Amino acid sequence: MSKSSREVLSFQGGIHPSGDGKQLSSGNPIQIAPLLDRYRVMISQNVGKPPKPVVKPGDTVKKYQLLAEADGFVSANLHSPTSGKIIGIVDVPGPMGTLVPAIEIEADGLDEAAETWPPIAWRDADPADLLKRVGDAGLVGMGGAAFPTRVKFSPPPEKKIDTLILNGAECEPYLTADHRLMLEHPEKVLEGAAISGRMLGVSNIYIGVEVNKEDAIQALGRRASEYGVKIATLKVQYPQGSEKQLIMAITGRAVPAGGLPMDAGCVVQNVGTAAAVTDAVVSGIPLVERVTTVTGEVVKNPGNWMLKIGTPVIKAIEFAGGVTAEPGKLILGGPMMGFAQKSFDVPVSKNTSGILLLPVSEALTYGSVGCIRCGRCLEACPMNLMPCLLGNAVEGEKFDIAAQNHVMDCIECGSCAYVCPAHRPLVQHMRRAKAEIRKRKK
Amino acid sequence: MSENENKSEVRLPSGSELVLSVSPHLTGSDSVRRIMYKVLLSLVPAAVAGVFFFGFYALVVMLATMLFCIGAEALWCKLAGKPVMGTIADGSAALTGLLLAMNLPPGVPLWVCLVGAFIAIWLGKQVFGGLGHNPFNPALVARVGLLIALPAIMTTWPAPRSLGEPEAAMIERNVTGATTDATSGATPLGEVSTTPKILDRTPQAEMNFSSVDSDRYYWRYFLGEKGGCIGETSVLALLIGGIMLICFNLINWRVPICYIGTVAVFTGLVNFFFPGVTPTPLFHLLTGGLMLGAFFMATDMVTSPITGTGCIIFAIGCGIITSVIRIWGNYPEGVSFSILFMNALVPLIDRWCVRQPFGYVAKREVAK
Amino acid sequence: METILFAILLMAVIGLVLGLVIGWFAKIFQIESDSRVELVTELLPGANCGGCGKAGCSDFAKSVVSGENPPSKCPVSSKEQVTAIALALGIDAGESFQQRAVVCCGGDREQTKRLLNYNGVVDCVSASLVAGGPKGCSYGCLGMGTCARKCPFGAIEIINNLAVVHRELCVGCGTCVAACPRGVIKLVPADAEVHVYCNSPAKGPAKRQVCNVPCLGCRKCARAFPNKFKVDGFKAQVNYEAKPLPTADDVQAVGCPTGCLLTADEHLKIEQNEPEWSPEK
Repeated sequence: MSKSSREVLSFQGGIHPSGDGKQLSSGNPIQIAPLLDRYRVMISQNVGKPPKPVVKPGDTVKKYQLLAEADGFVSANLHSPTSGKIIGIVDVPGPMGTLVPAIEIEADGLDEAAETWPPIAWRDADPADLLKRVGDAGLVGMGGAAFPTRVKFSPPPEKKIDTLILNGAECEPYLTADHRLMLEHPEKVLEGAAISGRMLGVSNIYIGVEVNKEDAIQALGRRASEYGVKIATLKVQYPQGSEKQLIMAITGRAVPAGGLPMDAGCVVQNVGTAAAVTDAVVSGIPLVERVTTVTGEVVKNPGNWMLKIGTPVIKAIEFAGGVTAEPGKLILGGPMMGFAQKSFDVPVSKNTSGILLLPVSEALTYGSVGCIRCGRCLEACPMNLMPCLLGNAVEGEKFDIAAQNHVMDCIECGSCAYVCPAHRPLVQHMRRAKAEIRKRKK
Repeated sequence: MSENENKSEVRLPSGSELVLSVSPHLTGSDSVRRIMYKVLLSLVPAAVAGVFFFGFYALVVMLATMLFCIGAEALWCKLAGKPVMGTIADGSAALTGLLLAMNLPPGVPLWVCLVGAFIAIWLGKQVFGGLGHNPFNPALVARVGLLIALPAIMTTWPAPRSLGEPEAAMIERNVTGATTDATSGATPLGEVSTTPKILDRTPQAEMNFSSVDSDRYYWRYFLGEKGGCIGETSVLALLIGGIMLICFNLINWRVPICYIGTVAVFTGLVNFFFPGVTPTPLFHLLTGGLMLGAFFMATDMVTSPITGTGCIIFAIGCGIITSVIRIWGNYPEGVSFSILFMNALVPLIDRWCVRQPFGYVAKREVAK
Repeated sequence: METILFAILLMAVIGLVLGLVIGWFAKIFQIESDSRVELVTELLPGANCGGCGKAGCSDFAKSVVSGENPPSKCPVSSKEQVTAIALALGIDAGESFQQRAVVCCGGDREQTKRLLNYNGVVDCVSASLVAGGPKGCSYGCLGMGTCARKCPFGAIEIINNLAVVHRELCVGCGTCVAACPRGVIKLVPADAEVHVYCNSPAKGPAKRQVCNVPCLGCRKCARAFPNKFKVDGFKAQVNYEAKPLPTADDVQAVGCPTGCLLTADEHLKIEQNEPEWSPEK
């Protein structure tokens, strides 16, 4: 595959964030995090219903042992990240700022694994068995949304799925977890893609990777054909990794407004989840750890760590050598869509793709002024909305105007707020409009 | 926790000291202030040309108008209880001042600049709620206000420096005052509007405007040797400024292209069929305030449509109205009026040009 | 002189003719409307607050005339006004139940831990979407004045970063209850004087960490007056169905250890004694 002849795909709109900070961590191999003496595993780590705990205080558990069982269809199992004793259910600060229940485990330091499931020869296996394994292993989307993978792979029969897309775009600045995973474990990602394809009965499988990850494209490309996976090279453009934009870039299909990828015949899955599928099916182990980028200009040794779920963020920062200057902002996820935190005790969960510390200078408060109608947000919006108009409507509390102008289609990618010269808090306005409109519908 | 302290010398702040804000946590480097300063920078070539052709007094007018505008803005903010320094620092008042000065005749008395500054800032901008809320371009509101209120002053055009004129004569003219009748002349467009129209296609009709519209003048018009407002004199300087604006990504290129294109096509058609009614399109492009209007006035972010299609409609409208006023109107020049008129239509245009969000075409197909 | 007279005469004639024409048109194109609806609309307060669940006062008047709602459904009208409407229509007034809003939080900026560096829109709904809001307590009043801006009667004031209801202005329309993203505002019977100024269901120690005036769920009030107070989880509540309702003397007798059990007047006085504070700063 020569670099010059290949087609670089993209979508309409979007932005090119300058100084994307990926160089801080992209060169460092994934490290295994040292064992801690205590983990606090949040019970609700998936979209939908939280699972029901099946352990009691005082129980001893082994690594990979079930801690909480999926409660209903849209829910996911939760397993112990290490061996030790259950202390109880405690309140921890959650990634959304509220206190959430978590199972506290005192590690015994042995990290002794429970018996793993038998491997499945997936090439000839019944897709239903594979699906069950994925459900048992508690897999959720590891890119951010944490949607249970089993549900994603069980589309209603009337939806014809013909394409599986693996999302390796990693368009968020600073984050390199997916990049390192694809570079160091390409066969795991590819095998996971093929297994996922078998589950869906789809042979048309793509991995979308932005061209700035040339080494990952090479690594995947060497073995892609063995697994029947095609590599789609994508332009470096944010938000390339957004489902709808990714589908548009790779297949040229538009997901209908208000619809899901399956309405365009596609399923989109994060590369991290694909690797976890391989772990579950081939190695028979559930999802208890993930690659997370710990980075930022003020972090001493930015890099990628294999973190167990339930690791407090403060410990992850310690693994990275602590800080060199006082941070002003702690973000879970990437800088464009991640969530600012108000506590360092937030535990890592199945969808924590990054822990980012911004220096005080970058986290400084900025004031916003009135819209000058420059129209840059219109050019940047990947959903072709009119963010300035929506922002003004929300500022005047005219939510019906916002609804008429399709605020509900906003994907909150933040492109508009990034380019806005008046520094208007457009994403916050969009979220408020959505919250108010949902409240009115009730 | 002692282990933690050993590892990092720098203290982690407590959670409640962290900055909380909604995503995105990065922002682009551009700001309103930077935009205003970049537009000011783009106006520098035209300003230099103005000073070159009309002398030192043009510089005085420009600086005075900018100062008056800043003063008017400061006074309003003071009276309205808004932060004064913050509002002035965004540079929008200075920009309005410079644009207004560019639209004034070179010999205008300073008190007219003062009146204009107050019209621009108070009536043109602040009564609507300040930057971003004004429906009309403030500088043009002031120019048109002055033109209607003080027609004699606003249509006295000192002759520009001739490109061959010796330096000494130029200085002499500045000292004696630029507004004396002896040095006043008409603008090329003024000449055109006072020339009787000839409706038939005779050789006489084709020569109707030869006193101003002829090959030997074009080069002078292009470089700037023509009567008119301070800023509109040199097409070359305005083109340089316009290219700067497009390179800085400050204006929608559709506006100047469509505006100028429409004027060229419209006047071209009229000139082709009735050469005695209006001069050639090239004459129209090189004279009057078209270049200044197309690159700097019509493209004002606040008062032009936000969508690309809207900008095209807006610019074509400006072009048609400008041509109509120039050919058949009472005023020799129609750029200011056309832009103000189209400014008034911007909310309507924005309404017509609402964009189809992503996925709605697909949604309709699914519904079928 | 003649000119002036002529002008006056002309204007008078034109005015007369046009007046006749308008009057005639008004007669022909008159739309028959139910005079009773107009009557009821006039008797209603006309604030169009939406507290009754209808789009406005005239919409509510229609529903009263049609018998859909009793006049007492209007939360704003006093008992006398309701009776007047009922008498005018010759119907039953329905049971009148006056309510007042109360902000169940005493955590002003002195009392509750705040996050110092919130950078965003000064609006409670917007702020609550950023990491649960810039307040140590995830249940208390954010104090950014969304309710105060929405209140059609100007009855809510933000003092010390805390919303406080002026009971003499409040009519109990419930607009603020719908506006508050945290559900900290409740409608209570108008004659209730005593309230528990805490909304947090969290455990006592957790509340203690972030707030000086939480309800710790110590049951002191419920033990003293079992029929007037009840403790639900870790939070005491006034039993607003109790007869008689708790009074200022009862508050004295209980001696709440954190001071979150207060009369409305006391609460207002405590907040008002603090210096003025604006949420924009």
